[in-house]
Parts: sequence; C-alpha cells; structure tokens
Amino acid sequence: MFDALTDRLGGIFDGLTGRGALSEKDVSAALREIRVALLEADVALPVVKDFIAKVKERAVGEEVIRSVKPGQQVIKIVHDGLVDLLGGEDAETRLRVDNPPSVIMMAGLQGSGKTTTTAKIAKRLSERDKKKVLLASLDVRRPAAMEQLAVLADQLGANVTSLPIVQGQMPAEIARRALQAAKLGGHDVVFLDTAGRTSIDEQMMAEAAEIAKIAQPKESLLVADALTGQDAVETARRFHERLPLTGLVLTRMDGDGRGGAALSMRAVTGLPIKFLGTGEKLDGLDAFDAKRVAGRILGQGDIVSLVERA
Amino acid sequence: SKSSSKLGTGLTGMFGGRRLDDDALEDLEDLLIMSDMGAKVSSKITANLAKTRFDKDISDDEIRIALASEIEAIMKPREQVVDFADGPRPRVVLFVGVNGSGKTTTIGKIASKLKEQGAKALLVAGDTFRAAAIEQLTVWGERAGIPVLSKPTGADAAGLVYEAIEKAQREDLDLVLVDTAGRLQNKAELMSELAKIVRVTRKLDPDAPHDVILVLDATVGQNALSQVEAFRHTAGVSGIVMTKLDGTAKGGVLVAVAEAHALPIHFVGVGEKAEDLQPFSASAYAKALVGLGQEETV
Ligand SMILES: Nc1nc2c(ncn2[C@@H]2O[C@H](COP(=O)(O)OP(=O)(O)OP(=O)(O)O)[C@@H](O)[C@H]2O)c(=O)[nH]1
Ligand SMILES: Nc1nc2c(ncn2[C@@H]2O[C@H](COP(=O)(O)OP(=O)(O)OP(=O)(O)O)[C@@H](O)[C@H]2O)c(=O)[nH]1
Ligand SMILES: [Mg+2]
Ligand SMILES: [Mg+2]
Repeated sequence: MFDALTDRLGGIFDGLTGRGALSEKDVSAALREIRVALLEADVALPVVKDFIAKVKERAVGEEVIRSVKPGQQVIKIVHDGLVDLLGGEDAETRLRVDNPPSVIMMAGLQGSGKTTTTAKIAKRLSERDKKKVLLASLDVRRPAAMEQLAVLADQLGANVTSLPIVQGQMPAEIARRALQAAKLGGHDVVFLDTAGRTSIDEQMMAEAAEIAKIAQPKESLLVADALTGQDAVETARRFHERLPLTGLVLTRMDGDGRGGAALSMRAVTGLPIKFLGTGEKLDGLDAFDAKRVAGRILGQGDIVSLVERA
Repeated sequence: SKSSSKLGTGLTGMFGGRRLDDDALEDLEDLLIMSDMGAKVSSKITANLAKTRFDKDISDDEIRIALASEIEAIMKPREQVVDFADGPRPRVVLFVGVNGSGKTTTIGKIASKLKEQGAKALLVAGDTFRAAAIEQLTVWGERAGIPVLSKPTGADAAGLVYEAIEKAQREDLDLVLVDTAGRLQNKAELMSELAKIVRVTRKLDPDAPHDVILVLDATVGQNALSQVEAFRHTAGVSGIVMTKLDGTAKGGVLVAVAEAHALPIHFVGVGEKAEDLQPFSASAYAKALVGLGQEETV
C-alpha cells in the first residue's frame, strides 16, 4: 500500500549509481523523499527534522563518496540512524523484577492497551521466569474494567491471580491493598493496571502520580498505540513529566500502520521500548527489536538484504 | 477546552508582523502536518492561502481565521447530524472500528440520549471476543435503561445479531444498536467475520444495516485513511464518529479523510461520560484545530 522507500528513491539514485559520489544537492533531494516517507509513517515532525539533519551530516561525507553504490549507502545510513535512535540493536528490554514484590505500573491514554498488555506481560513472567504474579486493576472509572482484568487473570493459570474486587475503593487504596496482598501472598511481581487518562486531565494525572508515589514501582510502563499520529510526542512528554516512567510499550504492531510513534516516543523521552503488542490474544507480545521497527517505519522489512543485493 | 491545540500554540507569535513569504508558508505547512493532516492536504491548504495572501503582512489571528475557513470549507459538506430514533423501524445501526477506538462507549452515550428521547431501543453485545466486553455494554445499558441482548463470550456474533433483529421486528422496536469487537483492518479473517454480520442483517431486512458507523480515535495518525477504506469496503460504512477529542490530539487526519471520502461525520466524543458526545460541527472542529476561540474560554 505504501511505496517502499527504495521505489521512491529509485529515480534519484538510478542517476547516481556508478557515478560514485554524492553532492549535497543529491543528498538533499533524497532526504526530501525520506522526510515525506517518515511523515507518512507518522513520525513526529520535530523528530523527523532532527533526524534528517543528522543523516545529512553523515551522508555528505567521505563514507558516501568512497562507497560504490552511493544511493544504497544513503538508505543504509538512514536505516542505521533509525536503529540508533530506537535504542540500538541490543537495547535493554528486560524488566526489573528481582526484588519481590516488584511493582509494575501501567499507564497511558484511554484504550491504548494497558489491561491487555498487563495480562500479556504477566503471562510471560509467570511462564518463562516462573514468577508468581498478582494483577490489580485501579480502574474504578470505566465500566467493567476491573472485571476485564479478572477474566484475563483467570486465563493465565495458577501462578497469576487478580486482586479481589472491592467496590467503592479509591485507586490509591487499591494500590495499598495490592502491595499488602502481594507481601502476604508471597508474590514476586504485582501489576497496577491504571485507568486510561488524557495527559491534560489534571485530576487524573495527579491521581496517577500519587499512585506511583505510594507504590514506588520498579517499572512504570507507558502503553501507547502504535497507530498514534503526531500526538505521540505530546503524550509521551506529558506522561514522562508526571510519572517515573521506565519504559514504553507499543501496541497494535499487528496493524498495517508504519509505527512512527515508536520513534517519536523514544526520541522525546529517551525511554527504552520494552515490548511490542502484536495481537488481541495474550501471546501477542514481542520483545522490542530496533531493526524490525526501523524497517517497518521505512516501509520495507529487510533493509540489510536490500543493501547487500545492491 | 483546557488545552489549546498544537497548531494553535505553534501559531501563537509566529506570524505577528510577518510577511507570508515562502519561509512563512513552509512553517505553516509544518504546523498543519503536526496536526496529522498529512503532507498532501497540508500543502494544498497552504497553497490555497498563498493564492490570495502571498507576500502580505498578516497577523496571528488573521492567519488562524484564514486557516480555519479553509478547513471548514473542506469539512462543511461532511457535517451531518443524525437522529437514529427516526427513520425505518427497526433501524439497525452497526458500530465498527479498530480495537479500543471507543465503539462501546459511543453506543453507551447514544443509548443515553435515545432514552431521553423515549425511543424503544435494544443494545446488542456483538463483541463476543474481548474479556468483559459484554459486561461493559451491560453497564451502559443499565445506565441508560435500555435492554442489552448478549450471548456468552465466544458465541457467534452474527448469530446474535440475527436474533436481535428478529426480536426487534417482533417487538416493534425503534432501533437496534450493535456493538462489534475491535478489529484491525488488515486482518482478513476478522474483517470477513464483520462482512458476515452485515450479510446476516440483510437476510432479515434487505436495507439493513441502515447505518454503519466507523468509530475513529482522534489520536490516530495516517492509518485512519486505511481504516476508512477497509471498513468501507467490508462493511459499507455510512458515517463517522471521532472520539477522544478532549485529549491533546485534535484529530487532524479527519481533514484528510474528508478530502478522500464523501462520508458524513455525525458526532465527536469529548470525554468518557454519557453526556460527552456532541454533534459534529465543521466550524467548531476547524476552530479547535487552529486554536481559535480556545484561549478565551480558559
Ligand atoms: N490488535 C491488537 N489489539 C490489541 C493489542 N493490545 C490491545 N489490544 C486491543 O485493544 C483494545 C483495548 O485494549 P485494553 O487492554 O482494554 O486497553 P486499555 O488501555 O486497558 O483501555 P482503557 O482501560 O479503557 O483505557 C482491546 O480490544 C484489546 O483487545 C494489540 O497489540 N493488538
Ligand atoms: N477521553 C475520552 N475517552 C474516551 C472517549 N470515548 C471512549 N473513551 C475511552 O476509551 C476507552 C476505549 O473505549 P471503548 O468504548 O471500550 O472502545 P471500543 O472501541 O469499544 O474498544 P474494543 O471493544 O476493545 O475494541 C475507554 O476507556 C473509554 O472510556 C472520548 O471521547 N474521550
Ligand atoms: Mg484498561
Ligand atoms: Mg468495545
């Protein structure tokens, strides 16, 4: 559906192949195409601008002049630059859950995938790492939000349980009750799944900050939709300002969006992307892989083989 | 609204005493892009402005008003409030969209309005997949005092919808609001399940579903265009609701959607409560997008 970047750059680079050197003018023409491609992938404009400036600096240089296929070399520079910006090839994606009971707080906009992701990570921790996990919903607002988490916990076997629902408690009280229950119950990890909130709802943001203060989470994950547009920077920045975030999770990577939000959010917060959500089902969770996401943003899966073919 | 839009903030102070030259136009185009309008529409709107105002001195407010009127001109033909309580009986209204966009909540809000109007309605818990989706709709039904028809999780959604329409015909109800599971538009299997729901409704009434409402989330970027295309193709979308306009995202991609598709936009969601649903207004939307008339209301 989207033109692969190579197709777009084809015209520009065809003329260059064999000539062996890139002028600033050539690079600028190519970078204009890359800029459009990144914007179509929903990378936020300020992030695009910074990125393009850096790529230009690298591209108009010896590296390119010496390379045999300058056009492909620019694509490689772009790709490597994206991988870098996304945290590099061996970005740290492990969760800090070694000090029981370790608290993991989940936060984000309404409907971003917090509750589902909570259950997915719990599944992973209980099955792979043999952790005993407690799930607590602090969402006293959305109809049946607590029931949703309880139903998911029931699907996860004996090592994952959900905190019994007590009607009428405030989120901060539920957080305290969850911590207490985790200590008494010998749980290794306790998840606090919070209600969705907009970043400008002052009361709700203050509530989230209070929960974090009470629970002192080892990990606070901002869960965001990979289909998010330019607003990704705004949301990431505002949540990062108010909460002690330690990482990002991008959901709905199973869609056909190009996932530029991942880059925007990583760039504006510097936080590692820990997981990618890849489906509604509870096994739809992948560890983050910068190369895969970079290829996706550029609209082509396998950049490396492409460069090698060139 | 508590916030001014990104575009509005970006505009503040940018054009005071500035000539609308190429540089200024480029900055302006960037600001439009930052509201999710997409590169193509942004450049079109900027070019339109340049036609009449190029190289003229222009104030912040003038530029906002000019921009708002460009956007309003695109959106105005899409402004179409709908009264679901009116029309064929039973009127079958299907809500579709990607995961988490706000389908169930929007049905809840509309149900609350219908109750006030005294319409005899039925809510159908057609999301038989997601955990507690049925309970969620049931709470909204109770709030609105409107019955909810459901089957256990895992049941065939199309079968449930069929029974619901039969029931509505038998009981001479005014309308049937059908919730569906969220699905990403690139998932062929899930999209064909949706096609089946549509087919089944036609068996009982060749004109049904009378409305297929695509619920779009205001935070979404360019993917909204692909959502509209795919859901139109599969389910024959007849109208749009955009939710979550109370956040920092102002749903600029709707302008690109309006350019590409002659689909009416019925409502906007501005919060999670029953009353947080408003008829779509091209003028209000355009103004909010460029940050006009917002600072004043703080
Ligand atoms: N396709 C897909 N759907 C997902 C993914 N993650 C979550 N979802 C779906 O997105 C919708 C919303 O997910 P929830 O987990 O309820 O989101 P939430 O952030 O807890 O929502 P609120 O609590 O209402 O703010 C549901 O339909 C989920 O099944 C994902 O990675 N891929
Ligand atoms: N701020 C805000 N939140 C909204 C609005 N509309 C819906 N929401 C919230 O967004 C989240 C998702 O809404 P749902 O109605 O569950 O979305 P859905 O499309 O039915 O989700 P699935 O059935 O899981 O695909 C919930 O937390 C809602 O309360 C709105 O206009 N503004
Ligand atoms: Mg939730
Ligand atoms: Mg729903």
